[in-house]
Amino acid sequence: MAETVAKAASPARTNLRSDAMVGPRGAKPRRRLSGRNIMLYGTLIVVSLYYILPLWVMVMTSLKGMPEVRLGNIFAPPVEITFQPWVKAWSEACTGLNCDGLSRGFWNSVLITVPSVILSILVASVNGYALVNWRFKGSDLFFTILIFGSFIPYQVMLYPIVILLREMGIYGTLWGLVLVHTIFGMPILTLLFRNYFSTIPEELFKAARVDGAGFWAIYLRIMLPMSLPIFVVALILQVTGIWNDFLFGVVFTKPDLYPMTVQLNNIVNSVQGVKEYNVNMAATLLTGLVPLVIYFLSGKLFVRGIAAGAVKG
Amino acid sequence: MSGQPKRLLRNLNAKIAALPMILTTLVVFVGGTVWTVVYSFTDSKLLPRLRWVGLDQYERLWSNSRWLISIENLLFYGVMSLVFTIGMGFLLAVLMDQKIRFEDTFRTIMLYPFALSFIVTGLVWQWILNPQFGVQEIVRSWGWESFNFDPLNNPDTVLYGLLIAGLWQGTGFVMCLMLAGLRGIDEDIWKAARVDGIPTWKTYLVVIVPMMRPVFITTLVIVAAGIIRLYDLVVAQTSGGPGGNASQVPAMYVYDYMFQAQNLGQGFAASTMMLVSVLIVLIPWAYLEFGGKRNG
Repeated sequence: MAETVAKAASPARTNLRSDAMVGPRGAKPRRRLSGRNIMLYGTLIVVSLYYILPLWVMVMTSLKGMPEVRLGNIFAPPVEITFQPWVKAWSEACTGLNCDGLSRGFWNSVLITVPSVILSILVASVNGYALVNWRFKGSDLFFTILIFGSFIPYQVMLYPIVILLREMGIYGTLWGLVLVHTIFGMPILTLLFRNYFSTIPEELFKAARVDGAGFWAIYLRIMLPMSLPIFVVALILQVTGIWNDFLFGVVFTKPDLYPMTVQLNNIVNSVQGVKEYNVNMAATLLTGLVPLVIYFLSGKLFVRGIAAGAVKG
Repeated sequence: MSGQPKRLLRNLNAKIAALPMILTTLVVFVGGTVWTVVYSFTDSKLLPRLRWVGLDQYERLWSNSRWLISIENLLFYGVMSLVFTIGMGFLLAVLMDQKIRFEDTFRTIMLYPFALSFIVTGLVWQWILNPQFGVQEIVRSWGWESFNFDPLNNPDTVLYGLLIAGLWQGTGFVMCLMLAGLRGIDEDIWKAARVDGIPTWKTYLVVIVPMMRPVFITTLVIVAAGIIRLYDLVVAQTSGGPGGNASQVPAMYVYDYMFQAQNLGQGFAASTMMLVSVLIVLIPWAYLEFGGKRNG
């Protein structure tokens, strides 16, 4: 069953990969202004406006002073550019508990994301390797449960995990949240690594065995160096996923350890005081900046990552 | 007697490597789920306790107007979101598949919202849909004084407001899946259709869409599983309002009863219902995917 689950997921992945490498096939389009082309590009441009608009509005609003925000049109570029909202969002915005800005949430998110990403990739890659090359009785069964388990709504498992973390003495700490991210990253990452490792020729593995290499030696000397691209895909997937998490941050940490998303929501949706829309938009943009930078830098690898992430749902 | 520990020790390193997976599946996925379902039949309040009350929690759940609204909202949002994400995703993929120029640019533009969190998505659209400064005000300033577009503050339209944001975030991703599906179709099919003189739109409708059935089904399951979890977007964009509960969703109900109202039993019963709804989506899919192989 696990085989079929993995297969069901893989066509989209491999297709996306080939599409990323090959691009559209056939002859280059003829350059002319036919009615069909006007319709085609017209539609695409209108649709693109819908997608670009929020980013544009975010940037423009965050560069205006409050008087200008109140007067003007949210789509218009600022008459007078000011970076004050950014400074305020970063270091002074209030969440109701404290007024030291988003910087606290940013550093919390960094402290959460870095170990979570490293640990989850480490655990899942070794696990995927064991599932491909060192199968044991029951390994496929556990893998199947793992994949189907990723469809269980998190809400069902929240409270048992709270109890578990409390018993371990790490409820409300960064390490508790790191553990939670490792657990819930496991299905998709294991699938990713398992599929990738199974494309590495088995002869290599066998030759290394004959030469006397053991479990860890083969992983470190053969699998790891041969699979760097998939590690990058996993890295992109995890950094964006964990950075964007809200639910786990709210449930498993305490207010002074809240990740950036939670703090952002508390800043913008807090009821007290006059709403400073420019500061809110600067804060929103700041929170979105890390995944956006990763997205624009990684390009096609991101597409590969999310296609693999497809099974996660 | 001596065979038992030996068998356990064989392949020991692999078992150590797989230990996190074994613990996760057994303790968290299976154990946690069973635990929650079992405790949904108790009257746990502040702390979980095993005092059985049968189906009481479920009766209370299904007679709670907030829960009923949540379910109604989720059904409406879910159907609309499924139809539009898959419809729009497919149409965009078809447009992208016309051997266009700047394909990478268009793809980058359509997909970037997917990199952003639902919190960011919700907050941006809350601002754009703000009646005092946003779209409504701009259209009015163009001279159409009576223009009304304030979905987030009207209980009847708030779900459309969420939908605009949700579609913005997710359609690019579905487009990518669909485009991969289109690219996976053999070029010969297209040649055959052209030789037979079938118009392009008809080829898509009659030949390509049925051929892409697996892609559609996978997408459907992914999108549906995401919709059932819908939470962050609502928290950020509307906080469940206006009017307190016009845009409530089940995940919010669960969170509030579990961690705010200290009525654990209700939270467990509600989360069990969420699990049931996932199974309703998942079981037919698993059946089609693994049971119906003979037909496909």
